[in-house]
Amino acid sequence: MLGIVRRNVGGAGGLYSQGFGRLRPVASAIRNYSSGGKEMTVRDALNSALDEEMAADPNVFVMGEEVGEYQGAYKITKGLLDKYGPERVLDTPITEAIDHVINSAAKSNYMSAGQINVPIVFRGPNGPAAGVGAQHSQCYGAWYGSVPGLKVLVPYSSEDARGLLKAAIRDPDPVVFLENELLYGESFPVSAEALDSSFCLPIGKAKIEREGKDITITAFSKMVGYALKAAEILEKDGINAEVINLRSIRPLDRATINASVRKTNRLVTVEEGFPQHGIGAEICASVIEDSFGYLDAPVERVAGADVPTPYAANLERMAFPQIEDIVRAAKRACYRSVPMAASA
Amino acid sequence: MGFARAINPHPLPLLADTRATKPVPAPSSSSLFLGSTRTLRPTQTRSISSPHRRSAASAVAAKVSDVKLKSTTNLLVTKEEGLEVYEDMILGRVFEDMCAQMYYRGKMFGFVHLYNGQEAVSSGFIKLLKKEDSVVSTYRDHVHALSKGVPARAVMSELFGKTTGCCRGQGGSMHMFSAEHNVLGGFAFIGEGIPVATGAAFTSKYKREVLKEADCDHVTLAFFGDGTANNGQFFECLNMAALWKLPIIFVVENNLWAIGMSHLRATSDPEIWKKGPAFGMPGVHVDGMDVLKVREVAKEAIGRARRGEGPTLVECETYRFRGHSLADPDELRDPDEKARYAARDPITQFKKYLIENKLASEAELKAIEKKIDEVVEEAVEFADESPAPSRSQLLENVFADPRGFGIGPDGRYRCEDPKFTEGTAQV
Repeated sequence: MLGIVRRNVGGAGGLYSQGFGRLRPVASAIRNYSSGGKEMTVRDALNSALDEEMAADPNVFVMGEEVGEYQGAYKITKGLLDKYGPERVLDTPITEAIDHVINSAAKSNYMSAGQINVPIVFRGPNGPAAGVGAQHSQCYGAWYGSVPGLKVLVPYSSEDARGLLKAAIRDPDPVVFLENELLYGESFPVSAEALDSSFCLPIGKAKIEREGKDITITAFSKMVGYALKAAEILEKDGINAEVINLRSIRPLDRATINASVRKTNRLVTVEEGFPQHGIGAEICASVIEDSFGYLDAPVERVAGADVPTPYAANLERMAFPQIEDIVRAAKRACYRSVPMAASA
Repeated sequence: MGFARAINPHPLPLLADTRATKPVPAPSSSSLFLGSTRTLRPTQTRSISSPHRRSAASAVAAKVSDVKLKSTTNLLVTKEEGLEVYEDMILGRVFEDMCAQMYYRGKMFGFVHLYNGQEAVSSGFIKLLKKEDSVVSTYRDHVHALSKGVPARAVMSELFGKTTGCCRGQGGSMHMFSAEHNVLGGFAFIGEGIPVATGAAFTSKYKREVLKEADCDHVTLAFFGDGTANNGQFFECLNMAALWKLPIIFVVENNLWAIGMSHLRATSDPEIWKKGPAFGMPGVHVDGMDVLKVREVAKEAIGRARRGEGPTLVECETYRFRGHSLADPDELRDPDEKARYAARDPITQFKKYLIENKLASEAELKAIEKKIDEVVEEAVEFADESPAPSRSQLLENVFADPRGFGIGPDGRYRCEDPKFTEGTAQV
């Protein structure tokens, strides 16, 4: 049960994982990561990024519910209170307000004509976990992504987490950093370059996780893992899929997506959020505007079900994209005959 | 003015005491809870309103130093009431313990927040309500639902994610709703239930005054924690409730901890009851580990609300014996603090009271405990055997009027298409 996995993970210690002995499933050998031999969990990646940025710049501080003494509600800020003290790692009383992210942070630089900028990073888990119900499962990528003035980042692997968080902290504008609770405990290989304290990824650039020539699959956060697994399944059916890890929802890397579609001529977008006005809708519009003539098939959108997330385990499974859903959508885009929905 | 009083907090390990230190008198003996604490007005009888109390709108709470309680000759509960309250508290405790067991066996999942130790608040308040009165709660809502009358099997099924649950498996642990019993949720977000409760109270007042249903005197109870008392929407609702004299009682279950954040580290003035008079309503502090004291305060507050005199803020000093949720390692709380409150277990105290005052015998109480064990076991069996929701249930209940799913490509409403409920997510 995923719930149990989450509990165990809370006890993970140390800033860097000692994961040399941990074997990744064979299927992942196809991923083209730079081989460094070292592995790191996303949690450790985020923790080390925060640690290094706080060490480098005394102006950086962390503020939030449970970030200090509790070591972080998901243990991302573990050890920071001891290292930097209560003045730089502040436990706040409970305050819950989305309004200021949209109406103050995003708009201040514009309203003041560049006089007041807002170099804040709003970070935390986003999207569904496992069995946490309707109010804890919504993906806010599309909500935040629609607001000009915000930068919205969605890391997948540990390298993404480190590089993008460092970039976000150094960035002079408000950044919404959407993590995923279920990815915190997952381990990914990291290159020596990524472990360097000045490592940074550019904001607004997507990454091609897997090159292909038959169909483009775009995804972000946890869905990148699903898309890669779907790509392996499709490979057996002779469909060579290109998987793009968006990394950034705003600004959206339209150039990379369009270049890929011009190469493959087919597109499947994958997200966990609700379909209407979602990320897939925006990507689809962008591709139609820039690369209409290159499309050989309608764009397939794979998204969460258009319902608040149910609690019951079997309904929740149906409410979010599974690997088979991505495979089916890709086959539909390639005009292979497939049923519209899972039969199970 | 009013019936605001304060009982000195028991000495707590102060992690960061930013308040100006005031001399704290020695705490009173916590085992004596016979009789009322209202020692300032010895001639007052229990539920009669006096002109004195009607002007509570501008009440300023007076701090009362604790006095050794004297026993009174008239007991606070009858035998039936006592047994009813006892049974309710035992149900709450046994049910929550069973939840922990089931969670570790993988039958429940996600976030589960248990109520052990706080039963006096739920039973003390909710057992005084009518069926038409409303209760709004937080994610720690299993016992509130049970006290209000939602059957144990419906709550357990909901926790297992089965279609026979009170919300058909769609809500889960944090979202217990029951229209029949007027349990309006179960909310995951901090402070979210308070405006909902304020609205329910407004409905009651509207029915009475605009729709002229003269006998509509339904009250609403809003339960929430100490961390919530720092939240903006709490203050907005205090203001509105006092302004419009809504029949609502704001019940703060102050268990001193918001996950790992101590109340004393998070709050500029930790005495939450004081926030009531700032908005023009009485603020009361009560020992939340003592079900009879809670019941007395609840009677007055509910009486006020029913008579149209407006809202009350009640701060119940209580404690949760388990961690914040079943995923919480609970490392930050001082074991001495936990031991101190465990010694004040509300169920043990009340059992002692019943026996000492000859309201019930050991045998009768044991019989109740046995009965509850059976009820909870049966609830687990029922939940186990219940079916998971069918595929078609995924798209149901999004709208009260399902035509909200729009017009399909064939020009008819999507929900009229027989394939709509076959469980496909193509909407």
